[in-house]
Amino acid sequence: MSILLSSKSRVVTQGLGSVGKFHLKGCRDYGTQMVAAVRPGKGGTSWEGVPIYDTVSDAVKHAGADVSVIYVPPPGAADAIMEASEAGIALIVCITEGIPAADMVKVQRYLEGRPSRLIGPNCPGIITPGQAKVGIMPGYIHKAGRVGVISKSGTLTYECVHQLTQLGVGQSSCIGIGGDPIIGTGFIDLLRLFNDDPDTDAVCMLGEIGGAAEIDAAAWIKANMKKPVAAFIAGKTAPAGKRMGHAGAIISGGKGTAAEKIAALEAAGLKVAPSPADIGSTLVAAMKG
Amino acid sequence: MNVHEYQGKALLARYGVRVPRGEVATTPEKAGEIARDLGTAVCVVKAQIHAGGRGAGAVVDNAAEAGEVFHANLAREGLPKHTRKGGVRVVKSPAEAVEAARSILGKLLVTRQTGASGREVRRILVEEGCDIGRELYLSVLLDRSCGRVAIMASPAGGMDIEKVAAETPEKIFRETVDPAVGFRPFQARRLAFGLGCKEPKLDAWAKFFQAIYTAYVELDCSLLEINPLVETKDGDLLALDAKVSFDDNALYRHADVRELRDEHEEDPKERQAAKFDLSYIALSGNIGCMVNGAGLAMATMDIIHHHGGEPANFCDVGGGATTEKVAEAFKIILADASVKAVLINIFGGIMQCDVLAQGVVEASKQVGVKVPLVIRLEGTNVEEGRRIIGASGLNIITAADMADGARKAVEAARAAG
Repeated sequence: MSILLSSKSRVVTQGLGSVGKFHLKGCRDYGTQMVAAVRPGKGGTSWEGVPIYDTVSDAVKHAGADVSVIYVPPPGAADAIMEASEAGIALIVCITEGIPAADMVKVQRYLEGRPSRLIGPNCPGIITPGQAKVGIMPGYIHKAGRVGVISKSGTLTYECVHQLTQLGVGQSSCIGIGGDPIIGTGFIDLLRLFNDDPDTDAVCMLGEIGGAAEIDAAAWIKANMKKPVAAFIAGKTAPAGKRMGHAGAIISGGKGTAAEKIAALEAAGLKVAPSPADIGSTLVAAMKG
Repeated sequence: MNVHEYQGKALLARYGVRVPRGEVATTPEKAGEIARDLGTAVCVVKAQIHAGGRGAGAVVDNAAEAGEVFHANLAREGLPKHTRKGGVRVVKSPAEAVEAARSILGKLLVTRQTGASGREVRRILVEEGCDIGRELYLSVLLDRSCGRVAIMASPAGGMDIEKVAAETPEKIFRETVDPAVGFRPFQARRLAFGLGCKEPKLDAWAKFFQAIYTAYVELDCSLLEINPLVETKDGDLLALDAKVSFDDNALYRHADVRELRDEHEEDPKERQAAKFDLSYIALSGNIGCMVNGAGLAMATMDIIHHHGGEPANFCDVGGGATTEKVAEAFKIILADASVKAVLINIFGGIMQCDVLAQGVVEASKQVGVKVPLVIRLEGTNVEEGRRIIGASGLNIITAADMADGARKAVEAARAAG
């Protein structure tokens, strides 16, 4: 198996604009069951053979959707997440970049106590190589295998996966958790799932400057993780006080630097790649112990 | 997005937060008029720039002096203090206000936050003086660890709050807000008690905190900091300073806030980049970078450093790097005279490498790139992409992978000296 996503997952697309359409096709071509799309007011029609519904509830009821992928633009994205959760969707993947933080504060509160898991926002999505992909990553660079990947970034994740695949190391599942200050699922949630997954042997964790999620993860790993973890932290050379592309990638008040995160990870016994070109080889070294 | 102190205070006043009376001036004469109209025995003249530490900063005449003062006195804590006048002056007459304004306006103010180049002062705020009883601290921010808004208060005002938090954490009082019910009065009262508030001022203080929180939420702020928050000798609260930053992602729904943007306070290259939906940040090295994706862009800076070079910038051209965007990114990167080589690092995922290569080739021809150009391409249709670059006739150095690209860029920059 793998975590969260498999060939059995049934996916509904929320936000069927040009981006949503492009990736709906890409995910379907990869073999994912893209069973529905939601476009309020267009219910009852279809696009490229995919039935369109007015609401997510209808997509759950009539198409059996249990995963949602969201491309809705920022002003409506928070609402789209809440709608998916209310409809009983188990896994919500929000790709949208640029959602106001205040909207995510409300989303986070809304999701409390509900069974839905949110991945993102501002992320590339999730892929279980050989089975299904939900998001915008290029499927072909992946290879089915037994290493889990968790990352705050998009293209840096592709870089990491590419290195692993080149080394002959396949992946169980790869998840982009997103670069925003407030995200649905963090490093620890996923580390826990990989730790318990019988089909994952090791984990690659890609962090960056800003916040303290990597430091919290380091403490969790030290206390609980039974499998080797290799890490890379981007932004060693980033200046303080500047937002480095991602809304959450900012060193503020001297906190959230790459140096302090690397120190915490190393103190927890992890191998940290000295350069982004060494992520794959660092993971291989970590697996050898 | 950040705004000036006077703009932040005007916004807060709208929500019922008490701030000193005052007005902004761009000429010494106007500063004198404002002081005269205020009619108080003491006024304060404050330079308006988007950087903290203005009072302890130094007003200087030119960039050379700014660099000197910064490196000798402000760059690190524990360095000797400078002897120049700062950006905040207490004056006792309209004539003194004119004099103070004249000595600040048009000059450079260098503080520990401005960097060595300092900032030109274009506006000053002239305010009434006030009777300071105690200096306190108040801020509202997003607590990333729990995804909620937090309000922090401390009786240790006027100081560096990170230092207070690290050295005397018992002096920090903190309330986290449940967005379902908002900031509750009992929480506001608890903060007031923490700051040593006594009856009959309890309600007034609690209302003050509520007003600050309401402003934060309604304006979609990312940080609202009052340091110092003053308790006057009468026991009332007054926002003596105001640092207000806004969530860029929410600016689309605040037209009035967008109008407060002061372009003079922003790096012109960063502003130009934003127009083309590029994310660019100037750094001090000599190797220009152009990368798709923020994480990979940061990692590219890091790998240049790892191989002994220094990046000149952070530049994320996004997932869909079109010819137009690449050309614009080239122009911005090359406008920096210290750039001796450029490293392009593209991982073509959804975007195909051949399309990207075509864009890079056309843009290089259009812009006329004169410095060595190193390209590392990987991903979809990479062979065709490399072929296009090879056949372009341009003097482009291709790299096999990220490390190879970084090494070649560092070498090229060294050779170009």
